[in-house]
Amino acid sequence: MKHTTSFLAALAVGALTATVAASETELTVYTAVEAEDLARYAETFNQSNPDIKINWVRDSTGIITAKLLAERDNPQADVVWGLAATSLLLLKSEGMLEPYAPVGVEELDVKFVDGDNPPAWVGMDAWVASVCYNTVEAEKAGLTPPTSWKDLADPMYKDQVIMPNPNSSGTGFLDVSSWLQMFGEEGGWEYMDALHENIARYTHSGSKPCKLAAAGEIPIGISFAFRGAKSKADGAPLEIIVPSEGVGWDMEATAIVAGTANLEAAQKLVDFSVTKEANEMYNTGYAVVAYPGIAKPVEHFPEGLLDAMIDNDFEFAANNRAAILKEWQSRYDGKSEAK
Amino acid sequence: MSTISTNSGTLPPGPDIKPKLSRDDILMRGSMMVIVLYLIVTLALPLYTMLSKSFSTYRMELSQYEFQVSDEAGNFDGTVLTGDALNRQTEVFTDTDLVTGSDGRLPVTGFFPDFSFRSPVMYQIRNTTDTGRFLVGSTLHQGTEWVELDSNTFRRVQLRPVQSRGLGNFVNYFSTPALFNSIKNSLWISVVSTIVTVTLAFWFAYALNRSCMRFKGVFRLIAMAPILVPSLLPGIALVYLFGNQGMLKELLFGASIYGPIGIVIGSVFFTFPHAFLIISTALAISDARLYEAAASLRSTPWRTFWTVTVPGARYGLISAAFVVFNLVITDFGLPKVIGGQFNVLAVDIYKQVIGQQNFEMGAVVSVVLVIPAILAFAIDRMVQSKQVALLSARSVPYQATPNPKADRLFLAYCSLIGLFIVGLLAVCQFAALIKFWPYDLSLSLKNYQFDKMDGGGWGSYFNSIRLALLTAVIGTSVVFFGAYLVEKSKGFRTGRSIFQMFAMLPMAIPGMVLGLSYIFFFNNPSNPLNGIYGTMAILVICTVTHFYTVSHLTAVTALKQMDREFESVSASLKQPTMKLFARVTVPVCLPAVLDISIYLFVNAMTTVSAVVFLYSPKTTLASIAVLNMDDAGDIAPAAAMGMMIFYTNASARIIHLIASRGILKRTQAWRSR
Repeated sequence: MKHTTSFLAALAVGALTATVAASETELTVYTAVEAEDLARYAETFNQSNPDIKINWVRDSTGIITAKLLAERDNPQADVVWGLAATSLLLLKSEGMLEPYAPVGVEELDVKFVDGDNPPAWVGMDAWVASVCYNTVEAEKAGLTPPTSWKDLADPMYKDQVIMPNPNSSGTGFLDVSSWLQMFGEEGGWEYMDALHENIARYTHSGSKPCKLAAAGEIPIGISFAFRGAKSKADGAPLEIIVPSEGVGWDMEATAIVAGTANLEAAQKLVDFSVTKEANEMYNTGYAVVAYPGIAKPVEHFPEGLLDAMIDNDFEFAANNRAAILKEWQSRYDGKSEAK
Repeated sequence: MSTISTNSGTLPPGPDIKPKLSRDDILMRGSMMVIVLYLIVTLALPLYTMLSKSFSTYRMELSQYEFQVSDEAGNFDGTVLTGDALNRQTEVFTDTDLVTGSDGRLPVTGFFPDFSFRSPVMYQIRNTTDTGRFLVGSTLHQGTEWVELDSNTFRRVQLRPVQSRGLGNFVNYFSTPALFNSIKNSLWISVVSTIVTVTLAFWFAYALNRSCMRFKGVFRLIAMAPILVPSLLPGIALVYLFGNQGMLKELLFGASIYGPIGIVIGSVFFTFPHAFLIISTALAISDARLYEAAASLRSTPWRTFWTVTVPGARYGLISAAFVVFNLVITDFGLPKVIGGQFNVLAVDIYKQVIGQQNFEMGAVVSVVLVIPAILAFAIDRMVQSKQVALLSARSVPYQATPNPKADRLFLAYCSLIGLFIVGLLAVCQFAALIKFWPYDLSLSLKNYQFDKMDGGGWGSYFNSIRLALLTAVIGTSVVFFGAYLVEKSKGFRTGRSIFQMFAMLPMAIPGMVLGLSYIFFFNNPSNPLNGIYGTMAILVICTVTHFYTVSHLTAVTALKQMDREFESVSASLKQPTMKLFARVTVPVCLPAVLDISIYLFVNAMTTVSAVVFLYSPKTTLASIAVLNMDDAGDIAPAAAMGMMIFYTNASARIIHLIASRGILKRTQAWRSR
């Protein structure tokens, strides 16, 4: 009998909390932001918007993109907060994003805002390509540090370079798309032909080349700046080189999913995502954020990185992605195992 | 492999007598159908879905688009051209160009040879049907209205494909050298690994069964150790041994460990116990009279070896070869870690699905991979069914005679193999304890801070243990009960042979293929079972199904040893069969039941291939964490996690050993008088 009472009490409490919960809005937010950052992001958001509860769905960029595309006809997400801009462009081209100009969007660096008016997405922060250079191993191999991308194609670096496979790695793809943009289509492929001669192997993930360079498995790893800074902080004998021609980059961005039942709350979240406060929050992990002038330097970050970021044509990257990858695969993936 | 005893007597066939079905029979047949249904839902339907996915293609339907071009002043004269007609005129795109993936895009400016983005010419484009889609920049246009664009905007037009069915994916696959080269690579490393492993395992088993060398027990233990670790782990050890900063790098004389060399060495490591077990069983039994005969005929030992020993073990050797071949060709973890640029089929599936989200092409590679796997499996089954008992009632068991010189040789050989196995494990443990190889060699536990790495942290380790326990308990119950039903129920031949067929099928299906087919089947919103996607339940189901066959065969073997008379006696005592099952069958077969559960536990801890497609952020696993940490470049923590799996499995084995001794003493007392 006692059990029944307590059970009923528990039911009642459950029902009560359920009604309380119903009075606040719940948002389903898809993200590729690192798991350890999510709690902090939600907490900061709830300080100004206590009545909106965020339910995170987190996975890596490729998986989240695929999930969103798979749910094309029956969207489950209300907001996407923290996904690569090239992925959001794919979603936009499927008509899956609800254009919205958040309050204060004009404060952001224009590079970080979708070109349409109202914009379909707004940027948060950028991850930038860089070259991780292991000074100890390079000296053993008698190498001099490269200063530009073209340098890396020098026969001196034969089998001394590792880069991510653009077919699987977002970082690898932004390298390839930036070379095609900087050197032109023909020049870009010519450059990669030459670089391919120096590549020891292509990795699945974008951070691995830098970690391999940090561990001395290879003198030079093409990766991204944030990863290099982290390994350097761990004590690896690394130098982070920003090639002089400019570096490719992609950004994490925010967008509202078309067809959301909680449009108002979703807009509040996007409003928050462009505030100075939010950008300061992004700054703990990323040296480059959308809000100009507030970013504090991240330790071990290379100088001049921000100026080296190319004027990235995301539309080019998104629309030519399939064709570029096919071409890349036929040129380098099939040929490489012949060694 | 037939389990049905046929009464091919010489008597003329009498009238068919159909015994009445008792309630027990109905119950047993019903339960059997439930388990068959389980195998259909968890195996046959997902595979079918995957097969149909591989025929799902995307095509550019040019006839779905219409264009108009204006003159320099921007006036349209009303001429409407379809994309199809334009392509026939200009021949810009061949038929293969039009076959594409779900994210395919096609620019259209090529249809207009005098196109220039600076010209004042205007263009109009529209879809002729409601299914047509095209982009202007990133904006999607559907519906059949005309869209007018200036030249500079028109160059940003991209057509989108529509879904259709056909062999396009396979054509695409075989016209991409990067992809179909993998077939050759996969076959090559599998054949080489098979030859090396079977040869090494044969001499190892020979030493243990046919010589009088010392420390046989220790070597037997060591030989089984690789079963306790994921196949990725030898890859990691090889990186530390022969990588660019490797301890023994010089031994490779400049060759790179990343590629076929690494895959073959690692494959020998992880397939060794499987080959050893099979060959050892074949060598354990032999008839001493054959050797006596050979000796009395003055045959040289060499000749005796080739005319008596090898033929006696031939079925074991063939069986071991196909098992190893199958393991290597379907393995994904090892080539992922150490394969470098050497593409193999199993890794291609992963690259296509996880890297490129190209599910259709993943399905195509899966279909390609299933073919050699099924062939190897079928040949193995055929060979096994031909095996006849070597030991007849008149045989005299062969007993090795001491031969100091040969025994020393065998001891040296086994020590080398033992060193290889223990060495690779020790290297991993060592690497896991080093702070920052090769720059800071101080010892630290830093690499055990899994929560700071990719892969889900310590949570994934505990998830793995949960998965292993659930798989062991649920899997053993389902498998043993199923085997009992198929073995002991009366009549109902068709049903039983269907069951046998389904129970054998999982062994032929590579893990990667199973996992991928689960995505297609369960991650479909219209599937009523969609709810289990992303939960622990799907991981358990997938693992049980993946390892169903071996467990089933173990159970059947144990049950075959029990006379069918038990059923008759219980029936004549009017006892329900289920009571007999619980009170007699299970206790008698307890050793087999325990073997099945430890087999499932260990495999659930180490499996990577099937579950890599199915885990969710809440159900990350230790073996997957090894993969993901290695992927992210955190190789030392990956080694640390791999060794955690090893210690867990080793402890589980020890507990299993102690527990079975205790339980067996109580339940198997009847075996001794």
